[in-house]
Amino acid sequence: MQLTVDGATHDLDVEGEMPLLWVLRDELGIKGVKYGCGIAACGACTVHIDGEAVRSCQVLAEDVWGAVTTINGLGTPDAMHAVQAAWEEHQVAQCGYCQSGQVMQAAALLAENASPSDSDIDEAMSGNLCRCGTYPRIRAAVKTAAKTLAEG
Amino acid sequence: MGKVKTIARRTFLIGSAAVAGGVAFGVWRYKTPYANPLLGGLAEGEAALTPYVKIDASGVTLVTPRADKGQGAYHVQAALIAEELDVDLAAVKVDPGPPDRAYWNTALAPEAAAFSAPNEGFVQDALTGVLGTVMKIMGMQITGGSTTVADGFVKLRAAGASARETLKLAASEQLGVAVTELRTEAGRVIAPDGTALAYEELAEAVAGMEPVQDVTLRAPEEWRYIGKPMKRVEMLAKVTGTQDYGIDFEIEDMVHAAVKLSPQQGGTLVSYDAGAALEMRGVSGAYEVSGGVAVVADNTWRAFQAAEAVEAEWGEAAMPANMEAHWAALEASFVADKQDSRVRDDGDVEAALESGEVIEATYRAPYLAHAPMEPVNAVVRVGEGRVDVWTGTQIPRFVQASVAKIAGVSNEDVHVHVLMMGGSFGHRLEDDVVRQAAEVAVQMKGVPVKLTYSRETDMAHDYTRQIAMAKMRGTVKDGRVEAYDLGIAMPSVIVSQMGRQGLSMPGPDSQIVAGAFEQALAIPHHRVTGYRADPLAPVSSWRSVGASSNGFFYNLGLEELIEAAGADPMEERLRLASDPLARKVLEAVAEMSGWNGASLGPRRGRGVAMTRSFGVDCAEVVEVTDTDDGIRIDKVYVAAEVGRVIDPVNFENQVQGGVVFGLGHAMNCEITYDGGIAEQQNFDSFEGMRMNQCPDIIVRGLENGDVVRGVGEPPVPPAAPALAAAIYAATGVRLRQMPFSMFVEFAS
Repeated sequence: MQLTVDGATHDLDVEGEMPLLWVLRDELGIKGVKYGCGIAACGACTVHIDGEAVRSCQVLAEDVWGAVTTINGLGTPDAMHAVQAAWEEHQVAQCGYCQSGQVMQAAALLAENASPSDSDIDEAMSGNLCRCGTYPRIRAAVKTAAKTLAEG
Repeated sequence: MGKVKTIARRTFLIGSAAVAGGVAFGVWRYKTPYANPLLGGLAEGEAALTPYVKIDASGVTLVTPRADKGQGAYHVQAALIAEELDVDLAAVKVDPGPPDRAYWNTALAPEAAAFSAPNEGFVQDALTGVLGTVMKIMGMQITGGSTTVADGFVKLRAAGASARETLKLAASEQLGVAVTELRTEAGRVIAPDGTALAYEELAEAVAGMEPVQDVTLRAPEEWRYIGKPMKRVEMLAKVTGTQDYGIDFEIEDMVHAAVKLSPQQGGTLVSYDAGAALEMRGVSGAYEVSGGVAVVADNTWRAFQAAEAVEAEWGEAAMPANMEAHWAALEASFVADKQDSRVRDDGDVEAALESGEVIEATYRAPYLAHAPMEPVNAVVRVGEGRVDVWTGTQIPRFVQASVAKIAGVSNEDVHVHVLMMGGSFGHRLEDDVVRQAAEVAVQMKGVPVKLTYSRETDMAHDYTRQIAMAKMRGTVKDGRVEAYDLGIAMPSVIVSQMGRQGLSMPGPDSQIVAGAFEQALAIPHHRVTGYRADPLAPVSSWRSVGASSNGFFYNLGLEELIEAAGADPMEERLRLASDPLARKVLEAVAEMSGWNGASLGPRRGRGVAMTRSFGVDCAEVVEVTDTDDGIRIDKVYVAAEVGRVIDPVNFENQVQGGVVFGLGHAMNCEITYDGGIAEQQNFDSFEGMRMNQCPDIIVRGLENGDVVRGVGEPPVPPAAPALAAAIYAATGVRLRQMPFSMFVEFAS
């Protein structure tokens, strides 16, 4: 099977029912995508498929319907996406383990809704668990990112 | 701040040692020297040094022996060293260093040491001595108890200052310029004519020199880092998905293992059949490990699937049959022969209770999982005469000893590489996952074995927060709280936890009453008694340990008495405050929240609670609204006395996180065991707080005290009781048991 991830196309020989999460992590070595629960209850594994935020632990390899973007493809330390830059500016992360998923979820939200209200943000982000409790900073960083993106 | 000299004479001296191509600076404990971990072969007591600053041709490395599990420990430790060394944080390496008892945690000892005991068998000195010994066995290289800042505040700056002054001395000799003429900046010594020598160029010269002891630590007004917002050294990596955690570690020829453990917590394996598992794609083996079976495959998911396919027969776990029986065991523990401590006994409680109308209540706190976002994992490779362990751990020295035992080698032959942790909350004070990985690795010599727990295994086999119960009795008089008698029963966390490391912990357990007995309130007749329940489910340290349940109990009891007295919860606490520092903390939250009573109008209310834990007084005011969709938490105001805020940004983040942690678990979390099996095994049934429920959290750090303290844990205990009080003010529902979702709905 073929998968396009972060702009590169890969030929893979894996079981069709292997979740995308594990294809990315263990077959392609893309470690920015995190395993947290395996049941779509935490959002740590969030990636984009054709721009849409999905839980990669719930998407089977054979069902991937488009190009996959991971945290490692969204931006890099030298060329951060506006959402990553906002996360850095607000010093959001504590342990940081959930933040790949948080950033991907926020990036998808802002692509769809350029100026989300507080309740839009809460609704979009409520599936992403942060056990360290960085929610107040996430909220602020989403707003900063929205501003940056609006200013182009 | 005083001179290092004055502190050093009592507690430590600065030393240096040559390392390959350079030098290491540090401090070592006066009278109790330990071998320099960077030199290996030295005998104990010889050239004893705890190096925190390593300078060689490749640059400057700041050694940060307290583990980072999300609390910013690497960053704070690096900043303290850099403050005096004059290096840019962005330009230096940060390395957790090897496990070594030289990195012992000075600040943990007073927390762990118990108090004077109720029975004649133990006096404080003897007990402290026993605990001191244990701490040394543990090597003290433990990250916990909010001690990283307290332990390092002077030590790390002294190491930085000594290194700086010695580098200047070396530069002075090379350049023929007086030391007083030299200055340091951004990792270089600079002469008046602009000549600059990089620290790494001076490393070899410095290696042979006696380190400068007589250094004066900079005054607060000269600080560049401390007290100012800083960028955490690893933040960029964490927001770009380039920070590797333990679970991301890879090494050549590594195989992936998963375990199927007894469904019962602590249950044993009787027999198993891995036939079906071994047929599955990528699976290469199955091995018996402690508590179950491990399968080895070429990918994590395949290992998970194969572990599920193992069929096994399990033995019984030693645990009560159901939660009713767990609670009954606690209920039966409030008896004289289970009394563990009674350190707080002011006035005459018995007489006061006899002379007034007695108010009584019982409170409960459930088992709770640690559930950090990153499930536990470890990589172990058993080679010839050398074992390597890569894992995120708070107890590298225990890990070393555990693995040495399994591999049949000496501790020195086990090399523990501490990796970044995706949270912990105390979870990584246990090492089952490392032991099981080692049990497989000894059967696959030379092959690195990575064991990753599934979320279900991680939660079902967590050593949880203690279950606990408290009984309050009290009286009021003339609108005031007159007598407050609090009894707390729980199994001993420390005994359970240390037992798994093969250590017995004699004497009373201070954690049974921590967060209650030491509160800064002067109630005329006041008593706190700890009762030690028999072991139930195995338990471990959970963020804020004993105070996580006791701060809840203590404040709830006080709240009910204040209400009976007809007093205001804030005013009565202020009146009772017996310590000016604690009073200022209360005054701060009162002022921040504009406190003028618990009511905020129809269906709205607020509550206050304060807990002293880990030496920090932390007070919180929680405001709620009883909406048609359920309780909504609107705002939380927090003040904490920490002596000195090292980094206001990280401080605020830690405090907000602690509040979210305290509120979230109080709202909807518990682990219940049925037949020894945890009924919550993933985040669908153990949820905590989510973004849409998170209130605004306004934080203030107070710096009135002389002692610098960490704030990782203190915001947790007051959150639940402040929330309970707020819900009472808004709805009239008195909550006496967590989680509150058993009794009220929360808006989502």
